[in-house]
Amino acid sequence: MGSVTRRAFGIATAGTLTLAVLPRRLKAASEKLKVGLLLPRSGLQALIGQSCQKGADIAPELLRQRLGVDVELLNADTESNVDTARSRAERLIDQGAHVLVGAFDSGHTAAVAQVAEQHGVPHIVNIAAAPQITEQGYKFVFRNFPPAPEIGRNGLVLLGDIFAEAKVSPKTAVFMHVNDTFGQSMAKGVAALLPKLSLPFKLLDTIPYDPAAKDLTVEVSKAKATNAELLLLVCRLNDAVVLRREMVKQRWNPLGVVSPGSPGLYEEQFSKGLGKYADNCITNTVWFNPKNDITHAFAAAFKKRFPKDEFAFHGINASYTFDAILIAADAFKRAKTTDRKALAEAIRQTNIAATDRVTFGGPIKFNAKGQVEGNRSVVLQNLHGKPTVVLPKEYAEAKLVFPMPKVG
Amino acid sequence: MPALPHLANAVVSGILTGTVYGLMALGLSAIFGVIRLVNFAHGELMTLAMYTAVVVFQGLALDPFLTMFAAAAVFAAFGYVLQRGFINRFIHRPEHAQMLLMIALAMILGNVLLLGFGPDARNVQTSYQLDSFELGPLLLDKVRVYAAGAALVATALLAAFFRLTLTGKAIRACADNPVGARVAGLPVAHLYAVTFGLGAASVAVAGCAMVPLIDVTPGLGPSYTLLAFVIVIVGGLGSMVGALLGGVVIGVSEALAGVLIAPSAKSMASFGLLVLLLLVRPQGLMGAGRR
Repeated sequence: MGSVTRRAFGIATAGTLTLAVLPRRLKAASEKLKVGLLLPRSGLQALIGQSCQKGADIAPELLRQRLGVDVELLNADTESNVDTARSRAERLIDQGAHVLVGAFDSGHTAAVAQVAEQHGVPHIVNIAAAPQITEQGYKFVFRNFPPAPEIGRNGLVLLGDIFAEAKVSPKTAVFMHVNDTFGQSMAKGVAALLPKLSLPFKLLDTIPYDPAAKDLTVEVSKAKATNAELLLLVCRLNDAVVLRREMVKQRWNPLGVVSPGSPGLYEEQFSKGLGKYADNCITNTVWFNPKNDITHAFAAAFKKRFPKDEFAFHGINASYTFDAILIAADAFKRAKTTDRKALAEAIRQTNIAATDRVTFGGPIKFNAKGQVEGNRSVVLQNLHGKPTVVLPKEYAEAKLVFPMPKVG
Repeated sequence: MPALPHLANAVVSGILTGTVYGLMALGLSAIFGVIRLVNFAHGELMTLAMYTAVVVFQGLALDPFLTMFAAAAVFAAFGYVLQRGFINRFIHRPEHAQMLLMIALAMILGNVLLLGFGPDARNVQTSYQLDSFELGPLLLDKVRVYAAGAALVATALLAAFFRLTLTGKAIRACADNPVGARVAGLPVAHLYAVTFGLGAASVAVAGCAMVPLIDVTPGLGPSYTLLAFVIVIVGGLGSMVGALLGGVVIGVSEALAGVLIAPSAKSMASFGLLVLLLLVRPQGLMGAGRR
């Protein structure tokens, strides 16, 4: 042992490092990008999580065809639980995920973002609207999905378009919203924006409620008692079904049920569970761009992989999850490495044209906070059991129905 | 202050919802009252009953309020076998061992349902599901009225069974003094199993009555177990009328809290009531005092 000199040790170390680093750089182009995908595939939000998963399942094959890169998905179920989301994110990083994508729910996403930042692993948010996710000064967290105030603003602006198109303006409205992270962010956004927009109605009451509630009799009764002409609703899926049922039972027929941008009303389970009572509910929401070639390819791949599913019911969930993986794959292609820092830098430089994305909006470019600006919303109305674009007119698939016909 | 019709509607709705809650807690109360076993799988058994009603509806288009008769019989038999062949072995073991057994049973049931049905919410769609009776300014949800009726009938039948039949009297004797009952030659294991069977039958009736009101998912169990505990503690552990009364008290207090304070204060009202009652009347509204 005494024969090892400092010079010999230095040469050996340099040689080892060169051997260790050089092949990695050389083989980077042929490496796979391991994407750790976190979604609530069981628990309260299971249906939406599984809907997102469908978009992810299509991604590896479609991205291989379009970008020529290999993506491997490492799937993790957050079980609709914040603590599980956090621990699964840590496990995915241990398993070698180069990028994390997820996690649909704002609370879960905030937990995953924290873990990603601590470990220096890029995290691309597929869907989550709480503004604080990109307000923490994180360097490794990126979001293509618009934050709640932007969704709310786009959604509220489109309300004016609905009234103009229908030539009917409600004078009063009541606002009901889920009281989870997302719902409260949306409520703050609506409260801040409503006075600034010259909408014709006066807000009579704001009623928060538990998204896990199995009985919304009191909430609906309270909203009905305001005699409001319009119901503004920020909901999730299960509560939306319970709430709409209760509206029918209590024979409350406002001119419209409009969500300024939340899940629930446009989803398959809502239409299946309520039948004709699901029709005519409106969501002003982010959506996919039906005119882009990549959307056609995505929809065709979706139909091939899931022949029993209607693409429209998975419009937002599948599209935004796919685009999050697209962003990762695009960055990997440019970075030519799976090094997490280099990937984060490449993601920061992303510039995907508006026509090369599935989701509806301008080019995908991240601002200094890691947020994409310029995502757009459409007016989506349930017609004949299917979510249908009714505004803007240039994208409309059918004519708007407003006021909604009375039921019950 | 809300308008009177609005308040009246909330109270009536609270009574109806509470009666259905009471029906749900009935089985838990009966089992605890006799066997002194805390059934942590109560919510999962009810979820199983709800799935049974959904499957029968989808396969045979049979209304859940008709399915409940057959479901009660099947669940009674299932409960009897479960108690006689399985739970009975744990009756004389420490309480924590019983608790672990019932939690394990709850987890197994919940996960079997998840395996079998997936996480999707399932429901039934009957022709009257979204109808209401109109009584002046009051709107009474048809399904809740039917469910409350089923709850009252089930409670009356169960109470009559325990008071008027020989088996019922023997079960009460077991509940009062298990050692004395054994000395007198009563088949205690059989009577315990009959009780568990009756408890399971009540759960089946409750599950069938609830399914037109609530979509069922495999994860529904724990929240119902918790709610049933709150109701039974408020009403008085072991008292069947107490379970019904506890349900109504919780239902009405939640409705009033929702109207007078805020809808999100509903759970706070029921748990606040529970804490208050534990402080001033720990045996519950209808429970017997410490002997």
